[in-house]
Amino acid sequence: MSEALLEIRDVNMHFPIKEGVFQKTKNHVKAVNGVSLTVNKGETLGIVGESGCGKSTLARTIVGLLEPTSGDILFEGKSILDLNKKQMHGLRRDIQMVYQDPFSSLNPRMKAGDIIAAPLKAYRMTENLEQRVKELMDLVGLKAADYNKLPHQFSGGQRQRIGIARALALNPKLIICDEPVSALDVSVQAQVINLLEDLQKELDLTYVFIAHDLSVIKHIADKVAVMYLGKVMEMSDSESFYKHACHPYTNALLSAIPLTDPLKEKERQRIVLKGELPSPANPPTGCVFHTRCPFATEACKQDIPSLEAKGDAGHLVSCFYPMNVEKKSSIVNH
Amino acid sequence: MLKKKRNLLAAGILLLITLMTITASWWLPANALEINSTERLFSPSGEHWFGTDHFGRDIFAQTIVAARVSLIVGVTVALIATILGTITGLIAGYYKKADFIIMRIIDGMLAFPSLLLALALVAALGGSVTNIIIALSFSFWPVMTRIVRSAVLQINSVQYIEAAKTSGISDPVILTRYLLPNVLSPIIVQGTFIFAKAILAEAALSFLGVGVEPSTPTWGNMLQEAQIYISIAPWFSIFPGIAIVLTVLALNMLGDGLRDAFDPHAKSTKKTKRRRGTKQKYAA
Amino acid sequence: MLEVKQLKTQIDTNEGVVKAVDGVSFTVEAGQTVGIVGESGSGKSVLAHSIMQLNPVPPTFYPEGEIIFEGKNLLNLSERELRKIRGNEIAMIFQDPMSSLNPVFKIGDQLVEAVLTHQKMSRQDARARAVELLTDVGIPDPERRMNDYPHQFSGGMRQRVLIAIALACNPKLLIADEPTTALDVTIQAQILELMRDIQKKYGTAIIMITHDLGVVSQMADKVLVMYSGRIVEEGSVEDIFYRPSMPYTWSLLRSLPRLDAEAHERLINIEGQPPNLVSPPKGCNFHPRCPFSTEQCLEVDPELTVRGDGHFAACILSGQEFDSEKKRMEFADKKGVPQ
Repeated sequence: MSEALLEIRDVNMHFPIKEGVFQKTKNHVKAVNGVSLTVNKGETLGIVGESGCGKSTLARTIVGLLEPTSGDILFEGKSILDLNKKQMHGLRRDIQMVYQDPFSSLNPRMKAGDIIAAPLKAYRMTENLEQRVKELMDLVGLKAADYNKLPHQFSGGQRQRIGIARALALNPKLIICDEPVSALDVSVQAQVINLLEDLQKELDLTYVFIAHDLSVIKHIADKVAVMYLGKVMEMSDSESFYKHACHPYTNALLSAIPLTDPLKEKERQRIVLKGELPSPANPPTGCVFHTRCPFATEACKQDIPSLEAKGDAGHLVSCFYPMNVEKKSSIVNH
Repeated sequence: MLKKKRNLLAAGILLLITLMTITASWWLPANALEINSTERLFSPSGEHWFGTDHFGRDIFAQTIVAARVSLIVGVTVALIATILGTITGLIAGYYKKADFIIMRIIDGMLAFPSLLLALALVAALGGSVTNIIIALSFSFWPVMTRIVRSAVLQINSVQYIEAAKTSGISDPVILTRYLLPNVLSPIIVQGTFIFAKAILAEAALSFLGVGVEPSTPTWGNMLQEAQIYISIAPWFSIFPGIAIVLTVLALNMLGDGLRDAFDPHAKSTKKTKRRRGTKQKYAA
Repeated sequence: MLEVKQLKTQIDTNEGVVKAVDGVSFTVEAGQTVGIVGESGSGKSVLAHSIMQLNPVPPTFYPEGEIIFEGKNLLNLSERELRKIRGNEIAMIFQDPMSSLNPVFKIGDQLVEAVLTHQKMSRQDARARAVELLTDVGIPDPERRMNDYPHQFSGGMRQRVLIAIALACNPKLLIADEPTTALDVTIQAQILELMRDIQKKYGTAIIMITHDLGVVSQMADKVLVMYSGRIVEEGSVEDIFYRPSMPYTWSLLRSLPRLDAEAHERLINIEGQPPNLVSPPKGCNFHPRCPFSTEQCLEVDPELTVRGDGHFAACILSGQEFDSEKKRMEFADKKGVPQ
């Protein structure tokens, strides 16, 4: 279990901002800024953050759609960045992705069965193709009769199942789930989350599960990382994370999730963050969160806190003043 | 309902013209195109529906026969320009480096009015049906490239292309199985418009005297010959003129109809739109 | 103040007539917040647009029902009379703040325009009022931001501007159609707080339309749960969240991911997919997905029946029957017995 499948080492992803007639590079959007993560075999790493925090960019660097500006990504101990095109093609079999939007992630002019068969054809695994596709459809809970239907004939949840079947087709070891349930109706979210969990057990999969919702993550992740402006703010195993979350941003995220319990909702103490997300082109100096942090001091404006263990072993926090347990118990315990 | 009638009308006109042209040799009197000095510039009558020209030839028969050249030029130019434009457009839209080169060439060509470009080419190559087709195809394909490229760029950012890449699907397959089917509708619509434009351009070139050899009857050639008689025999110019207008109008109406038919919004109305809306709201 | 009676809104599409709103009745009292919850396709948005008469006619039509606002039936009013009520008496804010603002005009001008359309005053006074409104909705440095264009604002700020425009003429009723769905959670928290403050200050009644039960539990006094064009349960927040009496509400609450769950706790599914509104299922619309459905549910289309003071649910099970069924199922879940 403890064998590292994916290691991300100090990855930076900076996109140039080009301006003017001559397309001069004026600045860089620092979408991902010095992120290091490890995902062990068979576990689920949840990455949480708001829009613009760089979580989707990070996902795209892992599957090799983007080449990071610097840093290294290791899969099964080997760097994926110095692979040639052919080796990369081989690697793609092991790392697959499930997308957020079940509407735009399927080719509207291809039948469901063909969509699932496409990766198999790309790797010339055409033996018993139709049977294999039907197996996959069965695995994700689609009927064999759906084989010839077009994507628009399915509902959102069913389309997401097609997307999952497509990702499973090549027997990958790692699946990156980029907000797989956030575009779905509330009543089908649970179906898809449960399906992903069942598949993980059955097929011994490893997930990187990206979401903006900490409550979804709680149900699926073994390890959680919170990102803000391209950086990891807090990272820990799930249990310690939800019990002893101590980064002010994590706590703000937790307290911003409305509870489905009106009385607790009225009593609970909230950290409502002031202001808005700063531009990733000009991130604040010092701690990137200081502009919105209720506890920021002068030191936070100047020095960059490092991501280090505070409290529980392996519970990493990037903050000078991590919140103590008493201070936030009223927010998280409900 | 109105649109349905319009599309039917357009298709009907085109079908009628095509059928009449193809079957012309069977039912047109054999001597209809022969010079007959006794029947020069007759006005329309029961015998000569559209009147006769300055050599006493039947204008109705000429208009029908001339349609053949016009339609052949139109179809071939539309096909060549579409194929050429689609290939270059797909490549330019998909590969960033090729895009720069292809688009600079296209920009250069689009700097000339397409008719002027065709005129120069025909003048250099000499007037014949083949040369007209070459010249017109050459001057019309850049527009198609642009349209295909912009359609590809739009789809390229859609997730299913990214999903195809992560599934290890090769570029040629992505181009033909993922991009092409999804940009087909603007291609077909633009193809019909090129068809119409080619017919007009052929007529214009022939009218200017640089088109098809004067001996071959085309609508442009007929207009060119008719222009000196316009005050004494207006029917000589009017009927080929009407033929051009009808064909081009029908093609344009058909193009519009195809555009409506391909537009997914027009087809599945409000429900899908609403759903689209809801999915976007989660994009955060 | 607002009373909707047996409202039916139908949309004529190529696939058939969609019964988007199918016989909905409810009331909104002054200063109250009514939450309307439902999934996409439940008709909640069409309902909101129906109150404002913003659905395009055709393809939309209203075969039955009344929308009575302060004694007038909005369905019978002329376009001119409606315009007076829209904005003046009832204002609306939408999910996507960018598309609701005109991108080529300055925020200030759009606000001044909104103030002037409904109130007679000099341009200068209107401008002062606009600045005041921007201050009210918590936009820092409002004087300067009056001269900015919509694209210079972030999503959250734009939603604040829209709320300011909605407030421009002191409406009695504010309809908010998924006002925070496009926003991040921390920004959502800000906007919800703002809406609560605004309500306290202006005493506006709010109809809050959302798919998020959490937002409703935070904001609403009264909750309407919609499923496939109908209200299937109505009650106070406490009724809905602590004593749900319709299997859909109950299952939905159970299926939500919760922060206080055990790590890796398995979620409880609702089987199946939301129904198609063109050909809804026979009998009770929810029966194909309902864990308690019986053969009777195939035939009987349940009406809303009283479950408590101001608490109504549409289910053929009586309160007692439903309670025992719930207990049985909860017990089975705990023991891990498959349903």
